[in-house]
Amino acid sequence: MSDTSHGTGGLTFDKTKRSWPNEMNILLALIIIIVIFEILGQILPYMRDQSFLFDSKDRFDSIFNEARLKIIILQVAIIGIIALGVTQVIITAGIDLSSGPLVAATAMIAMSFGQTELVNGFPNPKALFGTWAMDLPVIVPIVAGLAFGAFIGAINGTFIAFLRIPPFIATLGMFLICRGIALWWSGGNPISFPTASYKFIGSGMMPVVWFLSLAVIFHLIMRYTVYGKHTYAIGSNEEAARMSGINVKRHKVMVYTIASMLAAFAGIVLASKSETAQAGMGEFYELFAIAMAVIGGISLQGGRGSIIGTVLGAMVLGVIRSGFTYIKLDGSYQLMAMGSIIIAAIVLDQYRQRNKA
Amino acid sequence: MSDDLVLKTEELTKHYGGVHALVGANFEMKKGEHVAIMGDNGAGKSTFVRQITGVEQRTSGKVWLYGDEVNFAGPLDAREAGIETVFQTLALADDLDVPDNLFLGREKTFANWLGPFRLLDYKGMRNDTIAGLERTGVKIPNIRNSIRNMSGGQRQCVAIARTATFASKLTIMDEPTAALGVQETAQVENIIHTLKEAGEPLILVSHNMRQVMELVDRIVVFRRGRMVANLRKEDTDGQDVVAYITGAKTGAEFEGAA
Repeated sequence: MSDTSHGTGGLTFDKTKRSWPNEMNILLALIIIIVIFEILGQILPYMRDQSFLFDSKDRFDSIFNEARLKIIILQVAIIGIIALGVTQVIITAGIDLSSGPLVAATAMIAMSFGQTELVNGFPNPKALFGTWAMDLPVIVPIVAGLAFGAFIGAINGTFIAFLRIPPFIATLGMFLICRGIALWWSGGNPISFPTASYKFIGSGMMPVVWFLSLAVIFHLIMRYTVYGKHTYAIGSNEEAARMSGINVKRHKVMVYTIASMLAAFAGIVLASKSETAQAGMGEFYELFAIAMAVIGGISLQGGRGSIIGTVLGAMVLGVIRSGFTYIKLDGSYQLMAMGSIIIAAIVLDQYRQRNKA
Repeated sequence: MSDDLVLKTEELTKHYGGVHALVGANFEMKKGEHVAIMGDNGAGKSTFVRQITGVEQRTSGKVWLYGDEVNFAGPLDAREAGIETVFQTLALADDLDVPDNLFLGREKTFANWLGPFRLLDYKGMRNDTIAGLERTGVKIPNIRNSIRNMSGGQRQCVAIARTATFASKLTIMDEPTAALGVQETAQVENIIHTLKEAGEPLILVSHNMRQVMELVDRIVVFRRGRMVANLRKEDTDGQDVVAYITGAKTGAEFEGAA
């Protein structure tokens, strides 16, 4: 609870400390979840004393089970990139449901400019365009994908900010439109066989590299730039932001554009990682991205939360997913448990807010 | 017009669709003067303030600030021209701390070539905030606390400190104590006294007769969108003002207006 020295209390201007950050609670939750899985691994009769995250095979080169750690973070990296954008949208008290299908549409568009002409000496069987679109430098699929994302995001933002369409509705419409675009782009056919350079950007641990570097960049942006400050201000009190002279409409368009560009980049990386693009890709990605943000303490009421929180939220989701597989829990239970955790995170947020008010 | 006028409006009018919220307001105030605007709910007080501060665009009429005719496209314009406003609905972002709120929309920055991604000068803003709070005598235990965790009085003080931190040409307060307790009200009134001593002109929108009689030099009454009285404090009393507010009386120079 807040301190009691309100009102005309002492002049204590030197006290410029910040309070206990919310991110620490999520980190704590993450550690608790890991400990629970460790304990389960020890006590469940069918687990035979395995360890969840630590190396149990008495190898000398490491303490951790690196393979599992890598899988945990790799599993959440691509959706995590989307979550970085969704976080910013939610901080403005908005929502973006269009990111999953946008991933698919962007994957199709990017891959169609990232194909290689010859596969094992034969012409590419999945070629969408003629030879003019083959073996292009990797910058072409990236720019094409990002430009498409920016376009979609700008439309989202324009409808939300200038035409005052509720974000839920505007992005729900865009959800369907993008899925349609993904199907239409190649008539429903998969687009495959990327060039070596396009294959590289999603290969191995590259998605993790992108996720973490983008997380660092957007953490700095949200905390240390005017863009970040205004994003928080709008979510916190849009009226106040407007009266303070912030161009709220333009700023919202910018936020939605950046969010969609991040989702588009996730699509570019996903297509590269999968070495193919299909119209059905990215199903439920928008919901998992929102879940990461919510678990990470981003308030759906806007104004509160941070990129660090979302990264931790992504880790929580990854650990839970991996942990359930580790204790050999069926996929159906995993979904139920994850749903419960999301609801619990929101309940906790509401509770915290009521306590502070 | 003479040079010692801070603000002058001529035939200031605002219609919301068919509703005539403000009609033909002619208002003047001198340097160092504290003027109260009174009137019933919906009398046009807040509408008048919103036209001056650029929050809304007037339907017709003219506004001068320190002798220069002004047309504010938005609240930021008005603020840049030196009009600082404490709004009725507290224009504070609850999740931000005190310096963030003081500098909202006019952050101190560096690396400005980065455009919207220019960097915030947190240290500079903190120092200016502390200086501003000291000047107005506002006491806040921890300026890094988010506004959400503060009492109503502290929030209002932050809002007022914001106006005082930026040496303004005109301060406008729209019912600054309406939601405050006795002690907090006294704190805000103290700040207003401080502004008076410093010769800072102030427009105070208030329902509180005691407060108005104690703090200001002149009282302007609005009724149904029109100015109906312009009274020097020495020439009037609470009962008289109420008569103007309720419509029992109308100022001689405003006959035929209402």
